[in-house]
Amino acid sequence: MRVCIVGCGAVGGLFAAHLATLEEAEVWAYDVGAEHVAAINRDGLRVTGRAEILAPVNARTDAGQIPPCEFGIVATKAMFTAEAIAATAGIFADGAVCSVQNGVGNEELIAEFVPRVIRGTTFPAGRVVAPGVVQMDTGGDTWIGPFEERPAGSGEIEALAQALTRGGMATGALADARGAQWTKVIFNAASNPLGALTGLTHGRLCELPATRELISGLVREGVAVATALGITLDSDPDALIDHAAEVAYDHRSSMLQDALAHRRTEIDAINGGIVRFGAQTGVPTPLNEAIVALVAAMEHAWTSQPPAEAE
Amino acid sequence: MAISRVCVIGAGTIGSLLAGHLASVCEVSVLTRRSEHAALLRERGLRVSGKHELAAEVFATDDPAELAPFDVGIIACKALDLELTASRLAGRARGATMMTVQNGLGAEAVLARHGAWPIISAVTFMSGIRHSDVHVEYELDTATWMGPWAQTATPYALVQELAELMLSAGLEAEAMEDLLPAQWSKLIFNSAINTVAALTELPHVGSFAQEREFGDLGRLVHGLIDEGVAVAAAAGVTLHDDPWEMNVLAVARGETAHSDYAHRPSMLEDVLARRATEIEFITGALVREAARVGVAVPLSTAMYRLVRARETSWEPSRAQAVV
Repeated sequence: MRVCIVGCGAVGGLFAAHLATLEEAEVWAYDVGAEHVAAINRDGLRVTGRAEILAPVNARTDAGQIPPCEFGIVATKAMFTAEAIAATAGIFADGAVCSVQNGVGNEELIAEFVPRVIRGTTFPAGRVVAPGVVQMDTGGDTWIGPFEERPAGSGEIEALAQALTRGGMATGALADARGAQWTKVIFNAASNPLGALTGLTHGRLCELPATRELISGLVREGVAVATALGITLDSDPDALIDHAAEVAYDHRSSMLQDALAHRRTEIDAINGGIVRFGAQTGVPTPLNEAIVALVAAMEHAWTSQPPAEAE
Repeated sequence: MAISRVCVIGAGTIGSLLAGHLASVCEVSVLTRRSEHAALLRERGLRVSGKHELAAEVFATDDPAELAPFDVGIIACKALDLELTASRLAGRARGATMMTVQNGLGAEAVLARHGAWPIISAVTFMSGIRHSDVHVEYELDTATWMGPWAQTATPYALVQELAELMLSAGLEAEAMEDLLPAQWSKLIFNSAINTVAALTELPHVGSFAQEREFGDLGRLVHGLIDEGVAVAAAAGVTLHDDPWEMNVLAVARGETAHSDYAHRPSMLEDVLARRATEIEFITGALVREAARVGVAVPLSTAMYRLVRARETSWEPSRAQAVV
């Protein structure tokens, strides 16, 4: 099985390293970070933290040097999806490409470039701590299924799920993977940007009645859009949010970390995705649209001002 | 009655601008919170730069008992400090008329609990930059609007006289028989602009009026303003100015006057300095008024909650203790 990971950052790195532990897998990676790519080719790709792996991965900054692959796994930040798949489309002329990114709308973009697409949702997370080294902070499952408009075959989806599971990334193949994806995006849309806008951790946001109510307002809009799309969520996002408040009270959302570092956020794929699908189905999403405008304006403010002192 | 003695209570930016100008046409005393501030003002006087260059001599004190009698007192402290400031004046300045210039709604009622003074309501659009205790820069020379507060028998002629006095001192001022329409226009404008600026850390730039596409900031600003306009209508107030037009004009003025200039709304200044904001008096007042008249204001409620939550982030918490 020949696989190419598109975007070999934290999440992409976890997929690449786990797959590369398998005898039968030949793993390639496309990434724009030259230093990271050089380190992977020189020393192998290392995972530390919740898993300890050192595995051989063929990394390239030039997609033209990567041979045709049966599978692609796109793991870039959502704002780079179109760019990344445009650059790598040739590798997957006869392959199936799976998104494991945040937000909704990535599969639609990928389907403009490749013939067969897999919808994916993943929970493991980590960070790149040095060139060639990914620290795995959290584990969790991955769910994959056909992208309805340009579906991959059930056989190949099953084969990818089994390979990932054998490699140590527990993955389930589903006939309809939308429920898992929308549950996650609704969760993220309701909690991540509020952290970025207020500076509060997930636990604090849930403890204050005012922000907890705002979270529920955002969840209600997301659930209404999912319902209009005919999607059955795989769990109640409000309950997941309360659970996370207990087990991850001090968690600063990735969007809050982006805000503190003045990095671009994935707001457009997360809350923006809910707003776009809401518009398509005639479901009003005024709170999510307000959040998109606020976070986009916050990003605009960073471009004209230097970052604050690191805390 | 001829106004010849004015006391400015609270010498922040607005108070300093008022005192610095009025001292050229009448006797001005200043009541400060800090004794060092009063001492510096007595010693060095008050400098105004920017739109006008003035050097004013003022009597200043931090002790209300030291104030000589005055005809008009202008309460120029922040809305958050009003309760304390008003309590320091209780039982004093009998015979004086008081004017409030705080942002938001409700300042007059707070003041009235501490004394039977006739009250003038005012909203001010002028702005400045406070460089030190004794130096303020006059930034925007826009008007102060004033009118008799309906709950006290304040003669309109006195309001007109005070407006004339301010005009003769070089300030922009206008007397109105009913200030509520103007006060509400400013409240709705302020609520939208201040909360958006405070949360995004963006000064009042052109994007606040841009509403072409999905996600454009002007769409949110317009939505917030529409909610405020609906509340005003339900409360029976006909607005003096369209708050959306105020936003468009303010942005245009900022951009044409200096290309790199954009006003930082006070709530943004407060957030950057990690101070308590005036959210309760502005958006809080609007949201409560909306509930009273039965108008749904989901966007304003969301902004109110977010700014309150942001203030909470400066307070020590379990989370920050761990980091």
